[in-house]
Amino acid sequence: MKIKSNIATSENGFIFNPATGDSFSGNAMAATLLLAMKSGKTEAEIKKNILALYDVNTNQLERDWEDWMIQLKEANLLETEG
Amino acid sequence: MANQYANLCIAVTGLNANDNPGPGMAVIRSLKESFGDGLRIIGLSYESLEPGIYLRHHVNKTYLIPYPTEGTAALLERLAYIHQQENLDLIIPNFDSELFNFIKIASQLKQMGIASYLPSHQQLALRDKVNLKDFGDQHGLYVPADHKLYHADDLKKAADEFNFPMVIKGKFYEAYVVYSIDQAIKAFHQLNAAWGVPVIAQQYIKGTEINIAALGNGTGGNTSIVAMRKLYITDKGKAWAGVTIKDDKLITLANNFAKATNWKGGYEMEIMNDAEGHLYILEVNPRFPAWVYLTVAAGQNQPEALVKMALGNPVEPYDDYQAGKLFVRYSWDHIADISDFQQISVFGEL
Repeated sequence: MKIKSNIATSENGFIFNPATGDSFSGNAMAATLLLAMKSGKTEAEIKKNILALYDVNTNQLERDWEDWMIQLKEANLLETEG
Repeated sequence: MANQYANLCIAVTGLNANDNPGPGMAVIRSLKESFGDGLRIIGLSYESLEPGIYLRHHVNKTYLIPYPTEGTAALLERLAYIHQQENLDLIIPNFDSELFNFIKIASQLKQMGIASYLPSHQQLALRDKVNLKDFGDQHGLYVPADHKLYHADDLKKAADEFNFPMVIKGKFYEAYVVYSIDQAIKAFHQLNAAWGVPVIAQQYIKGTEINIAALGNGTGGNTSIVAMRKLYITDKGKAWAGVTIKDDKLITLANNFAKATNWKGGYEMEIMNDAEGHLYILEVNPRFPAWVYLTVAAGQNQPEALVKMALGNPVEPYDDYQAGKLFVRYSWDHIADISDFQQISVFGEL
């Protein structure tokens, strides 16, 4: 899953969708994830990095990642596939 | 080479910078930014307390002009007098309700040496609230269903078809979202008293409110298009804050409108983007919006382009603007002297 290329993100977690005018405030973790996704890192690379940096097991990470994807999708921030 | 725009004298209406502002002050601000301090702005006002009259650093001089209901002869006579005093180069009308008369006298103004850049009466009628639904159907555009109301009794049929909420709109201005037949009847009487019949009952579309400011070139194209999402909306439905957005669907919509109408001049499309992503046209206003200065901030000075085109000079269509430019409107208590009020009230000039 890729973040839409036109989405503007800042280091402090603010997200702006220039096509709709929607804006969101994310926490520090959201900011980190968004920057990683926008820089072109793969899902596997991002997860590997989180497991190395944080005290979290794989199962928990998978559940949280799924939640994160749902939030991004609801916010219309993901590229539509196809 | 001398700058042909440096010492222009431009007359502007719509100086009512209140909670339901006319576009005049935003147009003036845009022009001043482009043409500099040599530009002379002549305000044309209908009432003595339009705030722009007293903003002397923006408006060099203001003249009262007759209400549209007094007809074109009175308007032309007054403008001839003003022209004699000021040697006007151009007039930019900014009210829907005055446009019919200004279009009617445009050729006479031209003979006097006063340029304008206006749609035709036919173009004006196409986007009239009364005709908008038919126009949309003819051109494959989404427009909410409506009923023309000539009597309060007509509301029942509209309510049966649309249910509540529905929108009750005045012929020229104002709209109310109503949630019961009692509210609908009250809105009908208020709007009938203010603007006459027909009052329009419109299907309520839920979604995100987007406005487009554009400048049509009169031959089926647009010289400029800037879209804005409303972020803060007043109880009169006016944007008090908004942000520029960029979406190809909005650009296409404005281009389809210009192509269908050959629109000449500034215009504003009021759009509702519903949950399915359909872009419903709620209204098309036949002049720049009050937020037109945002187009300047985003990189497309629409009033500047209109002036150049009105004076017969080609303007390359803008092809890009900056998304994420925000405007936040504010109120300000401007101080004037009672003698100024006296001057404009008694002599019709300040």
